[in-house]
Amino acid sequence: MVYDVVVSGKLHRLELEKTEAAWKCRLDGREVHVDAVVPRRDVLSLLVDGHAYEIKREQTATDLHMWVGSTRFAVEIRDPRSLQARKGGGQDDKGPRKIVAPMPGRIVRLLVGEQAEVEAGQGIVVVEAMKMQNEIKSPKKGTVKKILAAAGAAVNAGDVLAIVE
Amino acid sequence: MEAAEKKPRKMFKKILIANRGEIAVRVIRACREMGISTIAVYSEVDRASLHVRKADEAYPIGPAPAAESYLRADKILDVAHRSGAEAIHPGYGFLSENAKFAQACADAGIKFIGPTPESMEMMGSKTRARQHMEKAGIPFVPGTARGLASPEEAERVAEQVGYPVMLKAAAGGGGKGMRLVRTREELRSGLDSARSEAQRSFGDSEVYIEKAIVNPRHIEMQILADEHGNTVWLGERECSIQRRHQKVLEEAPSPIVDADMRRRMGEVAVRVARAANYTNAGTIEFLVDQQKNFYFLEMNTRLQVEHPVTELITGLDLVHLQIRIASGEKLPFQQSDIGIRGHAIECRIYAEDPDNNYFPSPGKIDVLLQPSGPGIRRDSGMYEGWRVPMDYDPLLAKLIGFGTDREQAIMRLQRALYEYFVAGIKTNISLFRRILRDDDFRAGKLDTGFLDRMLARPDGGPAARAPEPRIAAIAAGVFAVLDPAGAGANNGRAPAPQPAISKWKQEGRVEALR
Repeated sequence: MVYDVVVSGKLHRLELEKTEAAWKCRLDGREVHVDAVVPRRDVLSLLVDGHAYEIKREQTATDLHMWVGSTRFAVEIRDPRSLQARKGGGQDDKGPRKIVAPMPGRIVRLLVGEQAEVEAGQGIVVVEAMKMQNEIKSPKKGTVKKILAAAGAAVNAGDVLAIVE
Repeated sequence: MEAAEKKPRKMFKKILIANRGEIAVRVIRACREMGISTIAVYSEVDRASLHVRKADEAYPIGPAPAAESYLRADKILDVAHRSGAEAIHPGYGFLSENAKFAQACADAGIKFIGPTPESMEMMGSKTRARQHMEKAGIPFVPGTARGLASPEEAERVAEQVGYPVMLKAAAGGGGKGMRLVRTREELRSGLDSARSEAQRSFGDSEVYIEKAIVNPRHIEMQILADEHGNTVWLGERECSIQRRHQKVLEEAPSPIVDADMRRRMGEVAVRVARAANYTNAGTIEFLVDQQKNFYFLEMNTRLQVEHPVTELITGLDLVHLQIRIASGEKLPFQQSDIGIRGHAIECRIYAEDPDNNYFPSPGKIDVLLQPSGPGIRRDSGMYEGWRVPMDYDPLLAKLIGFGTDREQAIMRLQRALYEYFVAGIKTNISLFRRILRDDDFRAGKLDTGFLDRMLARPDGGPAARAPEPRIAAIAAGVFAVLDPAGAGANNGRAPAPQPAISKWKQEGRVEALR
C-alpha cells in the first residue's frame, strides 16, 4: 500500500506492507524498521529503528492530528484520485464566506443585521457556552448577505451562523 | 478527653452535596472515607455525570440552566428532607456563598457545611467587609473608601498615598470607571474623565483614590475555624497566574513568601476570620506589591478550587475537617502543630481551545489517557465517553503535582502532562506545558500580568527532543492499516465502523456548505 501523507504541510511518500512476520516500510524511498501495536483505539505504540513512541490520534470533523508524545502534527492522508478536488476547495478572500459556530452553545445576540457593511474582525454574533460569551467575528471585510442565527437558539459546532460576501 | 464535655452534635450519617463536577466527586470521596452516606443532586444534562455515579443516592432537580437546578435552594432542601440528609456541603460556586441559602438550611434544621449566614453576609459585600476589617486594624490598599469632594482633596490624598494612584468609581466594577494616574500633572484630567465615565456607566460620578499596585501578586491564606473559638492558618497559595481574572495555575507555598511573612499573613488572616466570627474553612485574599507589602482584598467564605495544594503541603484533608467542624468537633490541632513540607502546584484543566482564543469546548470525550504515578494527584469530574455539557463552568479536572521542592513538583507535573491526553474536545493541557517551561515561571517571577505577557510572546516550542514529522507520517499509515476507524485513513477502504461513519456524514455536511 502506498500513501501520500502530508505532515505539517510537507508531503511524504509512505510505502507500508504488513506481512505475517513483520512490517515492510519505506519512507520517501528510505527503508525504515517499524514495529507497531494498537493497545486501544486511537493509541499506537510505534517502534521506529528501535526508538519507542506513544502516538495518539485526534480526529475532528475536519482535521486529523497525530500526537507524538506531547507534540501535535496536522496530518492528511491523500488519495491521489481526490487530490485535484481538494486543491480546488481552498479559502480566499473572494466570494462568500461562512461564519460558523466554533463550539456548541446558545446565541445570545446578533451584533449586526443583514446587509450591514462589516470590517474583517468585526463581531457578528455572540455565542454563549460554559458561562462564557464569545464574539464570533467576520473573517473578511464585506456585506452581511444572510443571517441564519436567531437570538436564543441553540447551535452545534460547525453550524453556519451568517454569510459575509 | 473530659467525659463531662458534651458534644453538641454527633457525626453526620448522611450528607447532601449541592454541586456537580470534580468538587462533588471530591466531597463524595471524603464522605465515603468517613463512612458517611452521600446524596447527589443533578440537572437533566448531568444524569451521566461522574458525581451521580459515585454517590449512594441521587435525585434530579430540574433542567440544565443552573438557575433552574443547582441554584434552586427550595428543590435542594426538598431532596435533603426526603432523603434524610443531616447536612449539606455546597462545594464552590453555585449556592456556596449564598447567605440566604445558609439561612434556609438553618431554618430547615439542616447543617450547612460552612460559615454562618451572618459571617457570609458580612464578608459578601466589599464595602461592608472593609468597614468591619478597618475596625479590626487589617491592612488595606492605602486610599479613601469615600468619594472625593474636590480636585484639591484628590491631590492631597494622592500625595499622601504616593503616586501612581488609581481612581476608581465607587459604584464601579469590571474595570470600568478606573483610571491609572502616574503623576500629579495627570491627576485633574484623570479625575474629570473618571468622573464622567463613572456617570455614564453607573449613573453615579463618585470617585475615590487608591494607591496603584503595579504588577501585583495575588496570594491567599487558608484558615480553619471551629465552633469553639479556635482559628488557625494553614499557609498561603500563590494564585497570580490568571487569564481574564480566572485562576489557571496555583501553588503552595508561594516562591516569595518566607516563614516570617507567612506568619504575619497568617496572623492577619486569623484576625479577619475572628472579626467576622468566622467558622469552618475560609480563604483571605491579599494583593502583594513588589516590596512584599500585603493588603486585604476579600474573603472567600467557602472551600476553594485550589484547596488541594494546601492539603498536600500540610498533610491535612480540608473536606474531612470541614465536616468534622460542622458536626461540632473541636479542631484536632493547634497552630504550633501545623507544619509545611514540600511544594505543590495545581493545573486547572479547562474544556477550552488554546488554538482558538480559548473558546469553550464542550462535547464528547472520545479518548482520555490520564496520568498517575509518584507525586501526582488528579481530582477529576470527567471520564471517557462522557459528554461535557455546555451549561456550566469549563473546569474538567485538576492535576496537582507534589514534590520535595518546587523544582521536583514542576518536573513531576511536566512528566504527568506528557502522559495526559484528551481527544474529542479541546483542553488547555498544552498551556501548562508552556507555563512550566517558561523562564520567568521557573524563576518564580510571577504577577497577575504574567500569563498575558507570556501569551503575547511567540511560543518557542519544546526545547528538548522534539520528535520528527516523519514519525507522524509513519504513524498515520500504520493507523490506516491497524485501526482504520479514522476519517483521514478511510480513503478507498472498506466502510468504517459507526463513529467514523457519522464523522463522514459531518464532513459531508461541512463540504456541502462550502
